[in-house]
Formats: sequence, C-alpha cells, structure tokens
Amino acid sequence: MSIDVAVPRTDVPQKAKDFKTDQEVRWCPGCGDYVILAAVQGFLPELGLRRENIVFVSGIGCSSRFPYYMNTYGMHSIHGRAPAIATGLAASRPDLSVWVVTGDGDALSIGGNHLIHALRRNVNLKILLFNNRIYGLTKGQYSPTSELGKITKSTPMGSLDFPFNPVSVALGAEATFVARTIDSDRKHLTSVLRAAAEHEGTALVEIYQNCNIFNDGAFDLVKDAATRDQWLVPLEHGKPILLGADGGACVVWHDGELRVVPTTTVDAEQIVVHDATRTNPTLSFALSRLTAQDSRFTPVGVFRSVARPTYDRLMTDQIAQAELAGGGNLDHLLHGSSTWTVPASRSE
Amino acid sequence: MSKQVQQLDRVVIRFAGDSGDGMQLAGDQFTSETAVFGNDLSTLPNFPAEIRAPAGTLPGVSSYQLHFADHEITTPGDQPDVLVAMNPAALKANLPDLPPGRDIIVNTDEFSDRNLAKVGYAANPLDGEELSAWKVHRVPLTSMTIKALEHTGLGKKDAARSKNMFALGLLSWMYHRPTDGTLRFLSKKFAKLPQLAEANIAAFRAGWNYGETTESFAVSYEIKPATMPPGTYRNISGNLALAYGLVAASRRSGLPLFLGAYPITPASDILHELSKHKAFGVRTFQAEDEIAGIGAALGASFGGALAVTTTSGPGISLKSETIGLAVSLELPLVIVDVMRGGPSTGLPTKTEQTDLLQAMYGRNGEAPVPIVAAQSPGDCFDAALEAARIAVTYRTPVFLLSDGYLANGSEPWPIPAEADLPTLQPDFAVAGDEPFLPYERDAETLARPWAIPGTPGLEHRIGGLEKADRTGEISYDPGNHEVMIRLRQAKVERITRSLPPLHIDDPSGSARVLVLGWGSTHGVIDAACNRVRRRGVPVAQVHLRHLNPLPADLGDILRRYDRVILPELNLGQLALLVRARYLVNVEGVNQVRGMPFRAADLEESVWELLQGVPA
Repeated sequence: MSIDVAVPRTDVPQKAKDFKTDQEVRWCPGCGDYVILAAVQGFLPELGLRRENIVFVSGIGCSSRFPYYMNTYGMHSIHGRAPAIATGLAASRPDLSVWVVTGDGDALSIGGNHLIHALRRNVNLKILLFNNRIYGLTKGQYSPTSELGKITKSTPMGSLDFPFNPVSVALGAEATFVARTIDSDRKHLTSVLRAAAEHEGTALVEIYQNCNIFNDGAFDLVKDAATRDQWLVPLEHGKPILLGADGGACVVWHDGELRVVPTTTVDAEQIVVHDATRTNPTLSFALSRLTAQDSRFTPVGVFRSVARPTYDRLMTDQIAQAELAGGGNLDHLLHGSSTWTVPASRSE
Repeated sequence: MSKQVQQLDRVVIRFAGDSGDGMQLAGDQFTSETAVFGNDLSTLPNFPAEIRAPAGTLPGVSSYQLHFADHEITTPGDQPDVLVAMNPAALKANLPDLPPGRDIIVNTDEFSDRNLAKVGYAANPLDGEELSAWKVHRVPLTSMTIKALEHTGLGKKDAARSKNMFALGLLSWMYHRPTDGTLRFLSKKFAKLPQLAEANIAAFRAGWNYGETTESFAVSYEIKPATMPPGTYRNISGNLALAYGLVAASRRSGLPLFLGAYPITPASDILHELSKHKAFGVRTFQAEDEIAGIGAALGASFGGALAVTTTSGPGISLKSETIGLAVSLELPLVIVDVMRGGPSTGLPTKTEQTDLLQAMYGRNGEAPVPIVAAQSPGDCFDAALEAARIAVTYRTPVFLLSDGYLANGSEPWPIPAEADLPTLQPDFAVAGDEPFLPYERDAETLARPWAIPGTPGLEHRIGGLEKADRTGEISYDPGNHEVMIRLRQAKVERITRSLPPLHIDDPSGSARVLVLGWGSTHGVIDAACNRVRRRGVPVAQVHLRHLNPLPADLGDILRRYDRVILPELNLGQLALLVRARYLVNVEGVNQVRGMPFRAADLEESVWELLQGVPA
C-alpha cells in the first residue's frame, strides 16, 4: 500500500445529504447535538475531500454516537480512548482526514491523558469536544467541566470538584489550534469548523452544547440576546477585542492580566488586538482566563492557530528518509553481523 | 610451559557480579564466541529490576549463565560447572547452586572487610575451610586489570571497569574460544572512544595471557562443535527473534507494520528493535500509556496496517478493554505479552507463565481471543509469523505469549531465507454490485471483510456496541446477540482447521505417560523426559503452540495415555483448561520462583509422580 501525504480530493460536487446515513438519530429531542451534526454535514462538502478518505472516531457518551450518523468511515470506540485510536490511524494513514468526536467527560475525565498527548504531539486530528457540563448518557452526574457547587445526582450537597476550562487545558498542552464555539450559532460554528479543517495538525474545537434534559440552559447567558452582549467575547484574528454590538466593553492588559473594561475608560490603542498566530501561547491563555475576573466571561472564536510540523508528517518523513538510505533487505536483517555455517559434511 | 587440554562434551558457566560489573556484556560476548565456534548453546541472563542496586549487596547481584555443548542441548543448564564470582555478594548468592568439586574463579581484590560485611560474611571465606569442597582459583582480577592498563593513561577507577573483559579473556582461554569476534565487537562498540576500546582489548588479552601463563590454571578445555543440520546460523534472543518475525510478517503480507507500545520490562527491547527498522516501513509509536499503545495499534489496524502492541502482564491488565473492542470490531491485532513474575509489579525481570488465564479470559463478556505461545528464543520468530497469520486470516486480536526467559535467553538459530517464509494475503474488501455488509462472513474462516478507509463505496461504521449479524448496524435484539456471541466463538474454533497435527515425541512408541507442556518450558521438559527415559520409563511428550483454540487432535491424544503430567511455571493454568475441556485428569508440576525449571528438578518431580499411585 503506497501512502500519500495529502487527503485526496474529489471534483464531484457533494451535498450535505451525501454525508447522512440511513440510521435513525437517537439523541433526545431538542439536544444540541442535532445542530452540530447538521452543521458538520452541511460544511463538509465545502472541503471537497473524497468521502471514503474521511473517518470519524468517537469514544463513549451521547456525542460519541456521532459517527453512526455520518456517511463516512467511522468507529465508535471506548470511553476516553478516541484520541489514542485516531492517533494510530492518522499516524499510519496521512491520506485520511480524521475527526474525533468527544464530550467533556470522555475527553477530559476518563480520556484526559490521551487528549493532552494528542494535542502536544500535533497529530493531524480534528477534535470536536461537545461540552454540556454534565454526564448525559449515565443520566445526570457532574462532569469535569461542571461548575463548583453544582447539585447533581452524585453531588446532592453540591460538587466539590474545581472544573477544567477545556480551552486552557488545550493551550497548556500547547495545542497548535484551539477554538471555542456555540451550538446555537450555526454561522460561527461553521466558520470555526472550517478554520479547524484547514489547520494542519491537532485542532481542538470546544463546542458549547446544550443538554436540555440534564443541564438545560447551561449556556443561556451567552445565547440570550439580553445578556449575550455583556458576557460573550468574540475573538477575531487581527482585530481589537470588543464586547457587545456597540463595542461598549473591551479587553485590555491590566496589572499583568487581561481584563474587560468599559471602552470609554481607555485609549483606543490600549485595547488588545487578537493575534492567534503567536508562537507563544501566553496571550491565548490569558484570554481563556478572562473567567478569573468573572466566570461568566466567555471568549469564542479561534484562540490559537500556529504552524508546527505534524506528528504523522514527521513520522512519514523519517520512514522516507530511512527508505531513501536503502530499503529494507530482510535476508540481510536476519543474518545480522555474526553468523556461522554448518557444512553438509559436518552434519548428521 | 605446555598445559593439559581436556575434552569435554558440555559445560555450564555462570558469570556473576555486581549490577555494574558488566556481567551481562561478558556473558553475551562469551555466547557470541561460542555460537561462532559452533557449539549448541542456551543462555539464562538473570538480573535485578534495579538499574544500579546498592553496590556489593546481595540484591545487586547480576548473573549470566551459559550452557554449551558438542551435542544438541535444550536448557541453559541446572548447575554451573564454573562460577565466576566478581565479589563476595556474587559468591554468596551463587554458591548454593554450585555442586562440590566444581570450579570457582574469584576476584580476590573485592574481598575487603567492608564488602564482606555488606553480605554478612563474618570472616573471609577465601581464608578458611569454607570453600574446601570446591576448586577455588584466586585471581586478583581488579588489580591485574589496572596493572595491564597502566600504559593507557586511564585512572585506576576507569581502568578497573574493564575487569569484566579480563574475566572474559581468561574464560575464553580456558575454553579455547575464538577471539576475533570479541576484538571486533570492542573496536566497534568504542569506535568513538579509542582509549576505552584499547583498554578493553588490553584487559581481554591480559585475561587470556594470564590463563596461558599462570600455574593456577593447569588445564584448559575443548568442547567440539555440535552436530547440527547444515545451514547458516546466528545466535538470537527471543525478543530479537520476535521483532524479526513481525518484520517478516509485514513483508510477507505486504502490510505496513505499526507498533503501538509503552515501555515495560521485559518487552521494551521489541520496541527498541522495531524502531530501528523504518527502512522496512515500520512505524513505531511510543504511546503515553499502555491503553494508548493498543488503542493506536487498533486504529492503525482499522487503517489497514499489520498492527501490534507489545507489553508484559501489567500492561495486559490495562489493555483489556481495548482487546474487548478488537474482539467486537473483528480487526487483526497482535498482542505480545512477554510474561514476567506477578501479580502486580511482581518480579519485573524474572520469568513466569502466569498470564495464560488472563489472556484466555481477562475481559468482560464472552470475548474469545486466539493464543499462540513461543517455545524457545529462536521460535519467537515462527510464533510471531503464526500470530500474524491468525490475526490477518481470521480478522481477530491474537495473543502471542513469550516470557522473560525467552526474551533475554538466546540460542543458535538457523537463519531462514525470506523466500522460504509463508506469504499472507490480507484480501482487503473492494466494492461490488451488492450493498456492502461489514459483518458478512467468509464461509471457511468465518472472518468478516477488512474494508479500509480510502476504499470508495465501503464507507461503514463499526463500534463496541453489539451489532446486527451481516449488516453490522447497532442491534440490541436478544436473538441477534446470541447469534453474534456464538459466531465470534465459532470463528476462533475454526482456526483448528488450519493447524497441523500435534507432534508426539515418543521414541519408544510404548509410553503410557504423556508429559504435556506449552511455551518456554519446551526445552527443559524435553531434557527431563530424556532423563526419565534413560531411567527406564518411556514417556511421551507433546508441546502446544496453540492454547486457544486447542488443537482438534489433543483430546484423542490425551485419552490414549494412562497419565498426563503437565509442568507449568504457574499454579496449574493450562491444567485447569485441559481438565475442563477434556475431562481428563492432569497432574501438574508447578513452580513459581521467577526462574525456569531445572531439568534435574523436573526429572525428579516427574519421577516421583510416576512412582506414586496415579492421582
């Protein structure tokens, strides 16, 4: 089998329905997963990749049923291990576009180790992390992104677990592409998915996803028109970071950290201009920590998008280099450097 | 001075010293010399789990035993004929294994009051009558090495480090070993440090010359080359042979080899070896943990690679869930378990056969996995090819069981030619006119299609949820679940159709007792059976390569004998399976000391069983 390093493209126009399967979608009515599925099926045709070269790999959880509904190659694997399985697939087949679909419990609790290692290696994977801040499939326990004090089935007096911020975790692992978006904003979701798809290397996209059964309204503050302007911090590369339709608040450096302040209180040049391409992840990380000022501040968009050679490309290069230096000769290998021969005359 | 030369047919040598004394290197090198000379041989390296245990202590003793002969041998030998003891700890730890009258070559320089106290010697055993039962050769190895290296400009401490080469030189003289290989090896090993190359070569020569000139060694020995089938041979360890077997399987199947692994003793050398062979298209992935190692391998298998994960028992515990997924996905995967002493961390550098039941049953649900076991270091090559054959042909995970003794032990190996190795057909699925059914089965093997991403028209989804027969769609139907469970079991049973008849070794043809075995005990069971036969009781021997499924003819064979004796380095794991499966009584001989059986012990155990009433 010869291995190409690029995912083969098709000239045949594709439609969203080409990516739908005949399987009945079995999420709860009203689940945010439906919107994400429609967005993914709607935007994949834009990429123009051959459908047979696309693979969706998932772990366990509500979101992990995703591959069954995608008419591509797919694997619904085991809890937390999708990044590891996808790493083996992507590293051995650079001609595939490999997507991981995971949730907050799958990616950050049982599979936390695999997630950070996939991110640091920069394997060519697109990881869609559906964050609903709850365990849905096991019916309502708190997750590693649930807020402190949350009352759930397993925390009747409130959760004692300090939550992970998935974007901060990914930036801490020096992921080369990190973004956040919201299930209800199809346009933003699609634009972020597009940017992730274009990125060479591991892309982590946190998607705020509403679980209307066990954690309904978890993201209402940044969805409702009445509150959105106050808490949503849209990030656009190269542009000053402003909140609200009228840009009434902005992000500035203050005392060594980023803060949201009324725009009227600062000079225009003090407003931080977003730069997702800085090799040093400090600015991106500081943006992810706006929650320190108030946990309701929610930056969305691409936090970080930097170029670094991918693991699978480096591995393929090493093999090409070794093969160039002389392909393997099994007979030579088996002989090694020290042999002896028993002539027929000495044998029985 | 002309010295006496005595002919021997076999010798067992044990090099013993501190972990930092280079005993493994000396042993390896003596083995290479012996292999090239043409003796048959078998080795048993034995070292502590600590990288540098406290110097001079009993737990820090590292040894290397080598058995070589002018005839075929199958074990590394029970008891040494010659013990090289580099310090008091090595003497004390190994003396109990040394029969009276045998030779001890002892490094007198290390017998200081401090070193003696470390191991609890109240008085120097070299001074009193304590060692009078043995032939003790007192050699000031360290000081003579330092003296021999005066011209090199090395400090005393650095010079003393070459004392293992002095010992090697002395032993090489005693047994008339060819020295070219060692001289070449040292030049190459220290090519970038010519001063050290010179020092080690000088120490080696000094050791040789010492043997030739000193009066403390009046006799040297000759062991003629063994009579072996014609062919080209090399010396090979189990881990190396296993790695080569995997590369060969990749070549003969046309499938690129992918190894996902996490470092673990005693399996890591397979990862090290395979990582060198990128020119063969081999991809090695050192994962963040055992789970990711097998996960990545399974992902690569989905993509059409010959996928392998290598580990030892504790790693298998972590991989269990993914093995279950591989059973459900029905994808080829070779799982190498180089067994070591357990439970838990157990005895990382020692050997045991205690993972058989874990391989057989260590998963949730009915999750049958074929099991193949290697029976000698060189046989690891063939066992790897066989594991790959079953994995690819039947689309299934396969256990390949090796162990610490096979992994590090070595033996002469007739080198096969690539052209003579079996080929393997992966037969990837391609789109046809009919809708693709990912779980439709081959009538003969019951294997499902291997449809890899990149194949147009075969887009499909698989997972760990129960799937409908033929279509592979999610199914919670009770009847379908039972069908699928029985199909997966039947598929594994089908492997028996591809197995050759068992070989029964019964020279007399009249044995009423069968000694059954599996894995690394092959050589020692062979030796023990021969000894029992020489004592006048005919016994038959059968050794199993396949533990799951058990070969189709095993039941009939077992029932042909009055008694079945089954030696295992566990508390009776195969015995449990055989009894349950065939309702045949099996009498176990069981040992769990982290060491292989000794032939004499096994002979006695079998003999005692034979003297008693059948259990």
